[in-house]
Amino acid sequence: MTGTGTFLGIFLRRDRWIYLWWGIGVAVLYVSQAWSVDGLYATQAEFDKAAASMEGNAALVAMAGPARALNSTGGQVTWQAAAFGAICAGLMSMFIVGRHTRAEEESGRDELLRAAPVGRHAPMTAALLDALIANVLLGVLVAGSLAAYGLAVADSLGLGVGLTLTGWFFTGTALVAVQLTTSTRAAYGLAGGVIGVAYGLRAIGDVSAPVLSWLSPIGWYQAIHAFSGLRWWPLLVTAVATVAVVASAVAVFDRRDFGSGVLPPRPGPARAEPRLASGLGLAWRLQRPVVTGWAIGLLLGGLGFGALGDGVGDLVGDSSYSRDVLLHGTADVVDGFYATMIVMLALLAAGFSISSALRPRSEEDDGRVEPLLATGLTRSAWLGGHVAVTVAGTVLVLALAGLGLGTSYALVTGDAGAVLRLSVPVLSYAPAVLVLSGLARLLHGVAPRVAVLAWLGLLLAWVVLLFGGSLGLPRWLRDLSPFEHLALVPLEDFRWAPFLVLTLVAAALSVAGRFAFRRRDLH
Amino acid sequence: MIEIQRLVKGFGAVRALDGLDLTVQQGEVHGFLGPNGAGKSTTIRVLLGLLRKDAGDVRLFGKDPWRDAAELHARLAYVPGDVNLWPNLTGGEVIDLLGRLRGGLDERRRADLLERFELDPTKKGRGYSKGNRQKVALVAALSSDVELLVLDEPTSGLDPLMESVFRDCVDEFRSEGRTVLLSSHILAEVERLCDRVSIIRAGTRVESGTLAELRHLTRTSISADLASAPDGLESLPGVHDVEVDGHRVHLEVDSTQLDPVLSALQRAGVLSLTSQPPTLEDLFLRHYAAS
Repeated sequence: MTGTGTFLGIFLRRDRWIYLWWGIGVAVLYVSQAWSVDGLYATQAEFDKAAASMEGNAALVAMAGPARALNSTGGQVTWQAAAFGAICAGLMSMFIVGRHTRAEEESGRDELLRAAPVGRHAPMTAALLDALIANVLLGVLVAGSLAAYGLAVADSLGLGVGLTLTGWFFTGTALVAVQLTTSTRAAYGLAGGVIGVAYGLRAIGDVSAPVLSWLSPIGWYQAIHAFSGLRWWPLLVTAVATVAVVASAVAVFDRRDFGSGVLPPRPGPARAEPRLASGLGLAWRLQRPVVTGWAIGLLLGGLGFGALGDGVGDLVGDSSYSRDVLLHGTADVVDGFYATMIVMLALLAAGFSISSALRPRSEEDDGRVEPLLATGLTRSAWLGGHVAVTVAGTVLVLALAGLGLGTSYALVTGDAGAVLRLSVPVLSYAPAVLVLSGLARLLHGVAPRVAVLAWLGLLLAWVVLLFGGSLGLPRWLRDLSPFEHLALVPLEDFRWAPFLVLTLVAAALSVAGRFAFRRRDLH
Repeated sequence: MIEIQRLVKGFGAVRALDGLDLTVQQGEVHGFLGPNGAGKSTTIRVLLGLLRKDAGDVRLFGKDPWRDAAELHARLAYVPGDVNLWPNLTGGEVIDLLGRLRGGLDERRRADLLERFELDPTKKGRGYSKGNRQKVALVAALSSDVELLVLDEPTSGLDPLMESVFRDCVDEFRSEGRTVLLSSHILAEVERLCDRVSIIRAGTRVESGTLAELRHLTRTSISADLASAPDGLESLPGVHDVEVDGHRVHLEVDSTQLDPVLSALQRAGVLSLTSQPPTLEDLFLRHYAAS
């Protein structure tokens, strides 16, 4: 154990920004539910009506958790935030554990430190303590911000403590995962899989087989019934399970060699498939996991929004915020609501599009492009491959988001025509999304060092969508968001003119970016 | 093959290359030497069309490497000093990828090289050590059918056994009349492999020629036991650092001025004599330290 303190000091220093962002993010996740619920429903009667319609919706129960006291602010917060909060705590713990254990071991930095007079268990113990502290911070911020908002103190504390303990459990499973695999990536895959299974078990359990929820740490967290008859004992299960997984991680650690894992790394193909050897083939191979991940994510997102069905009128309530932002001041509640959801899905897809457009830049930064461009591959062909993947991937991701939205809406309401009516409009936002990634490409071509600024375009579009009206932003600022110019289908009729103009703008940005890239130094 | 004249390349306020000249002829292994930061890698990047020259004239196979990059690249193979592989592609896939992008690779040689370098092609990029990453790039380069190899410190991560495999491969490559530009810090490697050498410092070439020619530019050190005390050694042309201790003498002499020194020593009666020919290291140190 010698040196644990030193390690912990270094880790805490290196992690302070991670702490800050995760802490703020998760606290906002909880408090914003209270804030939005209180803003959404003008009267308790309205709230009761919305709660009744949520309780009866199996899709929502599967997504969020068991429906309890949904006609109260605290009940809503617990329902909407607990499962996702637990996932966030799990992911944060996984990244903290991974980056200080397996990632260090893989890079060889750990070896350097271990050669110093430190105990064998010191780095691992410090990483464990680091993640435990981070989860305590998360719990304190959640409990504190909910209590400060004015919710019952004991129940707020319950949500905070439960979150901390759930995060501890996932810290333990991540610690086991990094012992089993030799690469950090594979460890994240394994630890992330555990979180996914925990979420999935409780989803099935909450809808149809309650016993399954008792196999999931997220289920244990939700079983404390915060704001609906708080009870503490389920957290004992979490605590015992946490001790057990941490102990097994230590046991595996003691039996394995430095640098090795328990699961052998899988060998890959000794030869490349013929189509790998082209700009497009390579770009597709490199971006395939990312495209797949976003496609699945947005399909699920679409399914989730669509599952709200045509009862959204009750859910949305009648406050001025909901009328202005969610419904665009229209009386057509269902169409207005889905017009907004469609823009939101398109904005999520823009996240993929921008990160995909920035991929060539990280390839360049990592020094992988030089040997490629020293072959017969031209700069245009190399970048063109990535551009093709970005554009096709964007269309694919939007199409799947739309398909998910339309299909689940159709299943919930029995209105088969909704599949097309809701899925096609999502695709109509492709030009706006491509304008944002075109901007990323232009920055990569002209000023690669500051290419990450492309994300500001997405930030602006979000702010304009969510607060454009309520903050009273000036017209010219709102017009900077490409999404503002497109028709709000299905609320409004589709218009060709802005669609075509934005397509041209996106193409112009992209071509200019590629032209600039061809003429500049590689770095 | 390679013809560079008065090449200038700057990055912001820094002038990385300041009027560099470099000529590499067909069929030779050309050593490219210089301290860290002298501009070796920058020169190679300009030569590969990855960087754009500010001024000067650069010809590769008689053409402009910036404008005709892809066409010229089909005729050469490049191994960078720092090989970064894609974490999720295997070594075998990367070899095929680079080889095919170059216009195809020799299957027999690929298999042969994998065996000689003892490289496992089924490992993912993240699983390779520095030396093994370098082997991946070397196998890809050496199994391509090209006229020119451009190697930027290609053996910095290889063990001595693999270095010797590498040397054999370069010898075979040369014996087929093909050309190599080898940037290196390992002087033994350069002495063993290179026909001609160019030394650069601070972005300009300070020396170029065959090793034999370059040796003439430096000094031989001589120690001798003499029968009688020598005199007049200091006044001979090209003699430096003379130390006389009774009948023992130690001195350094420019390699072109050996004869008069030997005559003078002979007149004093030579009992024993050791002479040390200049090594590349002396040459190197003399040029580098001169800054």
